Amino acid sequence: MPVEPKLKDPPEPDQGVAGAGREASTTRPSPGERNQRRAQAAVASQVVQTAGASRRSRLFPYGLIAPASVMEMLIHIIPMVLGVYIAFLGLNQFTIGNWLQAPFVGLENFVTGLDPEGPIGSQFYAALLRTVVYTVISVGAAWALGMFAAVLLTSKVKGRGFLRTLFLTPYALPQYVGAIAWAFMFNQRDGVINRILVHDLGILDSGPFWLLGGNAFWVTVIVTVWQFWPFAFLMLLAALQNIPDEVYEAAAMDGASLWKQFTSITLPMIRQANVVMLLILSLWIFNQFNIPYVLFGPASPPEATLISPLIYEQSFNYWNFGVGGAMSVLLLVAW
Amino acid sequence: MALTGRSALRRRTLRRMTTLPLAVLAVGSLAACGSSPAEEVDTENLSGSITYWASNQGESVTQDEEVLSETIERFTDETGVEVELEVIPWNDLQNRILTAVSSGDAPDVLNIGNTWATSLQATGAFLEWEGEALEAIGGEERFIPSSWATGGAEGQAPTSVPLYALSYSLYYNTEIFEENGIDGPPATWEEFVEVAQELTQDTNDDGSIDQWGFTMAGASISNNSHAAFIRGLQHGGELYDDDGEPDFTNDAVVAGVNEWIQLMGADGVVSPSDAELVNGAESVEQVASGQAAMVFDQAPGNVFDNRGFEDYQAAPMPMLDADATGLEATQSHVAGINMSVFENSDNIDAAVAFVAHMTSDEEQTYLNQEFTGLPVVNDLYEDEAFQSDEIQLKQQILQDHAQPMPLYPSESQMETVVGTAMRDLLADVAQGREVTEDDVRDALTTAESQM
Repeated sequence: MPVEPKLKDPPEPDQGVAGAGREASTTRPSPGERNQRRAQAAVASQVVQTAGASRRSRLFPYGLIAPASVMEMLIHIIPMVLGVYIAFLGLNQFTIGNWLQAPFVGLENFVTGLDPEGPIGSQFYAALLRTVVYTVISVGAAWALGMFAAVLLTSKVKGRGFLRTLFLTPYALPQYVGAIAWAFMFNQRDGVINRILVHDLGILDSGPFWLLGGNAFWVTVIVTVWQFWPFAFLMLLAALQNIPDEVYEAAAMDGASLWKQFTSITLPMIRQANVVMLLILSLWIFNQFNIPYVLFGPASPPEATLISPLIYEQSFNYWNFGVGGAMSVLLLVAW
Repeated sequence: MALTGRSALRRRTLRRMTTLPLAVLAVGSLAACGSSPAEEVDTENLSGSITYWASNQGESVTQDEEVLSETIERFTDETGVEVELEVIPWNDLQNRILTAVSSGDAPDVLNIGNTWATSLQATGAFLEWEGEALEAIGGEERFIPSSWATGGAEGQAPTSVPLYALSYSLYYNTEIFEENGIDGPPATWEEFVEVAQELTQDTNDDGSIDQWGFTMAGASISNNSHAAFIRGLQHGGELYDDDGEPDFTNDAVVAGVNEWIQLMGADGVVSPSDAELVNGAESVEQVASGQAAMVFDQAPGNVFDNRGFEDYQAAPMPMLDADATGLEATQSHVAGINMSVFENSDNIDAAVAFVAHMTSDEEQTYLNQEFTGLPVVNDLYEDEAFQSDEIQLKQQILQDHAQPMPLYPSESQMETVVGTAMRDLLADVAQGREVTEDDVRDALTTAESQM
C-alpha cells in the first residue's frame, strides 16, 4: 500500500473545541508569516508528489515489512512446511541423523497414527476427544471465575487494588513453577491436599491418588483453570471498565435487577473482548503441553493423555517422528 | 508491555506445539551428517576447547559439577584443552541427545545410558571406536568384557565406550532385619516374598501399615523395564526372539512381570504410594528412613551417605532357584554409563583424548569412588580402593549374573513401552483394582503392538 501523502491535503480543522483552541493560539499571524507558511506547504506537497511517483517509494513499504516477513518465514512458515513434509517420511532413529535423506513413505504414518483400529490411532482419537472435553471445561471454568472476579472488582469494593494483584499472581508465576507446586500438593503419600482431606478434616479414610488414573484428568483441569483464569479476569476487567456508569444508572432507575443488568448490558457491551478472549484461551488450553508434562513427566497416565503430550510421546519417547508429524498435520488441518 | 510480550510468547508456543517435533528439527539441521569410516586421530598436539554433556550420577547436578570439574581441571592442565561442562538430569538426557543428533548442534563428548548404545549407534551420528581412536583409549583389552559389550550392536564397531559400570543388587535395612530376627538376605524369590510379607507391619498400631517389606519406583519407566528384563530371564524368557523381533508376551516374561506387579497387588508388600515414585532414589530413601526394608538398586550409596544412614547391606537379587545357572541366574542387566563422541565434532582429537582421560586408571579410581560406581577397567579391581564387600559383590554379579539389555536398535522404544505398561499396571493396583496375570499379558500385548 503506498504511503498516503498527508501533507498534500491537510484536513480541515474541526469546528468544535479543537478548532477554537487552534484559533486562540494562532491569533493574527502577520502577513509575512502567512506567506512563508504557504510556501512551505507548496514545497512539501511537491516533494511528496515526486517521491510518490518514484519506484523507491513504491518498494519502501515492502522494505518495511521485509524483516518481519523473513522472520515469519523462518520461525513459522518453514518449520510448518517441514512439519508437513516430515509426516510423509519414515523418520526414526535410523534416519534422524540425516533426516533430509529419510525415505518417503507416503501415507504410511497417517495410517499408523490415525487408524482408529490400530494401537496408536485409537489413542489418538481418545486423546482428541479428551482434549476437547478438557478444553471446554477449563475454558468455561476460567471464564466464569474471571467474569465473577472482574464484575466484583469493577465496583468500588474495599481493597480492590490488593485483590487485583492477588488474583493476577498465578498468571505472573512461571508456568513450570506453578505446576511443580501443584504436583507436590497432589502427591499421594505426603501431599498437602491429602493431608488436609485425610488427617485434618477426616473427610476421607485413606488418601486417594490424584496423579494416577481418572483423577489425573481433573487435576489437569484444576491446574489449568488456576493458571489461566487470571488472564480471563484481566481481559474482562479491562473490557468492563469501558462501560460507562450512566448505562447502569439508567437501568437501575428503570428497575432492572442486577442479573438483568448483567445479561442485557454487561454481556452485550463486552462481546468483542469476550469473543477474542475465549478464542485465545481455547487455543492455549487445547494445545496445552507444559502442565501435563510437569505434572506427569514424559508420559501422562492413559486417562489423562492430551493431544500435545501424545504427539510428544510418539515423537520423543517412541522415536516415531513421522507418526508424531502425521498427528500434528491432522491437528493443523483441523484447526 | 509485559502482557503483550507474554501472550505473543504463548502464541508462539502454541504454533510450535502444532508442528511439535519439527521446529526443533528445522534449525541448523543441514550440519548433521552420517557415519563415516574411522578417521585419523592425533591426541598428541591438542588445542581449543570441547563441550561435554555429563549424566547425573551423584546426589545432585551441583555435586556432579563439583566432582567433574576436578577431573576436567587435570585434563586442562595436561593438554591445554578447555572443557565446557553441562550436567544433564536423566529425564532430559535422551531428548537432548535426540535433538542434538537431528540438529547437528551437539556437544563433542557426552554420556549415555549404556542401554541406549545400540539405538543411538543406529543414528550414525557417533564416532566408531576402532583404529587410532581405539588405540588412544588403550585398546579393548583394558576394559571389562561385559561392560565393553554394551558399546553397540554385535559385529559392529562400538560407538560408545564404558565409563562407569553398575549392577542391580538387593539392599536391605539391617536394623529392621535384626529386630525381626531375620538372619540374612533371602536367596530365592519365594523366600524374598515371605520375608517381605513378614516385614510389612503396622509398627505403631494405628491401623495403617507404616513399614513395608519392599519398595520400588513404580513410575520409573527405565527401572520397570529393567525389572521386566531381569525377571523374564529368571523365568527363562527374553524380550526379543531369535530373529530380533519384540516378544514381550511369552509366558516367561509375563510370569516375571506378573510377580513384580503382584508385589504391590496380591503379596501386598509394596506401599501403593510407590506407584507415584519417579526416581529410584526416592525408593532408596524409603529404606533409609525405615519405611521399607528392601529395595533393588544400582548405586544407592550417595543417598544413604547423605542421610547418614549406615545400617544397610548389599546382597544378590533373589533368583527363582538359588542354584540357577545360565540365563535363569540373571540378577541384573549390565548397567552403566558409556561415553560417545559426536562424529561431526570439530575437535575430534581433543574429544578422544578426553575420553581417554576419563577412562584412565587414575580418573576411574577417583570418579567411581565419588559416584559409588564400579571401574570399567580390569586393572583397578586389584586396587585397594575397590576391595569393599559391596564392590566385590557387584563385580561378582557383573561377571557371572548379568546380561546386557537387548542389543537391538529398538531397545529404547522397548524400555519405553514395557516400562510404561508396567507403570500403568502398578497405578491400577495402587488404586485398588485387581490385576491378574491375564491383565499383565494384555498390557504387554498392547505394548508389543506399539513397537
